[in-house]
Amino acid sequence: MDKVIQTFELKKTYELAQPVHALRGVDLTIEPGEFVSIMGASGSGKSTFMNILGCLDRPTSGAYRLDGVAVGKLSRNELADIRNEKIGFVFQGFNLLPRTTALENVELPLVYQRRKSSVKPKRKAAECLDRVGLADRSHHQTQQLSGGQQQRVAIARALVNDPSLILADEPTGNLDTGTSRDLMGLFQDLNDQGITIVLVTHELEIARHTNRRVNMRDGLIIQDEPIEDKIDARQDSLNRTGDPTQEGDLTPQ
Amino acid sequence: MKILKLVDVARSSLLKNRLRSLLTMLGIVIGVGAVIVMRAIGDGAQKNIEDRIKTLGTNLIMVRSSSNTFGGVRRGAGSSRTLTLKDPGILKEQCRLIAAVSGIVSTNDQVIGGGTNWFTQIQGVSPEFLTIKSWDLEEGTFFTERDIRARTKVAVLGSSVVENMFSGQVPIGQSIRIRQTPFKVIGVLKAKGQSSFGQDQDDIILVPLTTAAFRLRGDSQYVSQIYVSALSADVMEAAQEEVAQTLRLSHKLIDGQEDDFTVRTQTEITEAFSATTQQLTVLLMFIAAVSLVVGGVGIMNIMLVSVTERTREIGIRVAVGARSIDVLTQFLIEAVVLSVMGGVLGIASAYGICYFLQEYRGMTTIIKPEIVAISLGVSVVIGVVFGLFPARKASQLDPIDALRHE
Repeated sequence: MDKVIQTFELKKTYELAQPVHALRGVDLTIEPGEFVSIMGASGSGKSTFMNILGCLDRPTSGAYRLDGVAVGKLSRNELADIRNEKIGFVFQGFNLLPRTTALENVELPLVYQRRKSSVKPKRKAAECLDRVGLADRSHHQTQQLSGGQQQRVAIARALVNDPSLILADEPTGNLDTGTSRDLMGLFQDLNDQGITIVLVTHELEIARHTNRRVNMRDGLIIQDEPIEDKIDARQDSLNRTGDPTQEGDLTPQ
Repeated sequence: MKILKLVDVARSSLLKNRLRSLLTMLGIVIGVGAVIVMRAIGDGAQKNIEDRIKTLGTNLIMVRSSSNTFGGVRRGAGSSRTLTLKDPGILKEQCRLIAAVSGIVSTNDQVIGGGTNWFTQIQGVSPEFLTIKSWDLEEGTFFTERDIRARTKVAVLGSSVVENMFSGQVPIGQSIRIRQTPFKVIGVLKAKGQSSFGQDQDDIILVPLTTAAFRLRGDSQYVSQIYVSALSADVMEAAQEEVAQTLRLSHKLIDGQEDDFTVRTQTEITEAFSATTQQLTVLLMFIAAVSLVVGGVGIMNIMLVSVTERTREIGIRVAVGARSIDVLTQFLIEAVVLSVMGGVLGIASAYGICYFLQEYRGMTTIIKPEIVAISLGVSVVIGVVFGLFPARKASQLDPIDALRHE
């Protein structure tokens, strides 16, 4: 089986007045079904790495294979297709379309799908909302949902095209502790179902919910090791009722 | 399939900004509406003028004697006496392209009758005059060829004369006097209204041609004008030529000698008037077109604002797999949908305004289907032209920057 992510000597240099070496040669391999956290201080190059992994940006040199496809040299349009087919994004700021229902937001990637699909977009989107526990919120508009609920919609959107990889960039950054834990529980559920997840965070507490931790500094990986003291969010959350509408963060963002 | 999805995306994002969409459309609504209304008014004015000129007569050809020079003094058109009482008969006999001919002897005089008097125009004409002028009788009968031969003293009155001398009462059988000669009123003409020159065409008394020539004017063998009606509008020019040639022969003019008469047609008059209104229409259309372009600039303006405002949305779409062309198409469709809807609303309001002008202001307006089609086409083009720049801008945003945009 192909590796989900395989990078070799990945470098990225920004040609400013003084060239900025954001990545100085990163080698990373991620197998299917892994749950990896990427950590690092700001300026460590983790955002740049994340953008390249997400096919939003191209490396200056080095190779990057995503699910067996060499994506390092693809055109802008080909990268768009790769993002559409192989990657699900979850952002810190949720990035949902305003004044749009949860269901329409989840459907969005299917609008741009190029390969033929026999599945009805609406049904597929509804299924994904059900998987994140928001089936009863599908016709609510973005601004009527709480932060935690918005992030769940974003995760449903990431799931809708059956991606090889879910990339989550500080997904809990805008959420309170309780909601964060519930969300990490959802990620762990999804990972248990075999979905590969790469999560960027600067909080050790969040990273401890994953299985492997990659530490970056100055554009290089300085540490890459399995998590020894993993937290299972589903066991540790005492007040979890299984109903996400009962979360403590009902104030809309 | 793909394009339908994008149309749907454009539709829903326009609906989410209802007020802004409406305001953007307003420019196009006004532009398209103005173009159509201006054109409709111009075309209406043109038709009015053509209709009025038609009241002069059907396929009318007018022959007048030309100017003469008397002792070095040139005395102006119609001053020479070259058209004779015989000419109408000769034309009638020899020309194949004409339907009817009437000589005209006109004079102005005081008329006494109905217990009062009135100064009006008296025209001696032949029975065919009514056909030529497409004029009908309101009451009574018209004089015949027998009256012409017998120089009968009968008269047919225009409606203005009846109004002024008999207070609108039917005067048939009554007697009027022109230059001491009593005439019996045998008919009343239908009202024809003003001519395009502002003359009251109904202020007239018609008498037999010969009666006018011999009893009202001294110069018994001459006519002031000859009215000829051509067989159809298509043969106007040929008929005009035929009339001129026949008259030259009849007047025994040799080659190289100038015509002693002038031939004019109704078409020439129509054309002169049309040229004026057409120029006016062009001017109005130009002003309206400018407002349409301003409407287009309005669309571009709002679309640019919209692109900046929706940078994040564009970022999200690109992140989940929208290609540049998808974003470009979405924004282009939005611009075109805006301008086309504006165009449709503009057409609707133009119909409304024209209906109002026609019903409550008595103006003639004509909306030609081709003008409506062209306006709609132009609004599509404006949507594409002015939507392209903002759409291109949107499609070339960098997804990383766009996602970070606040």
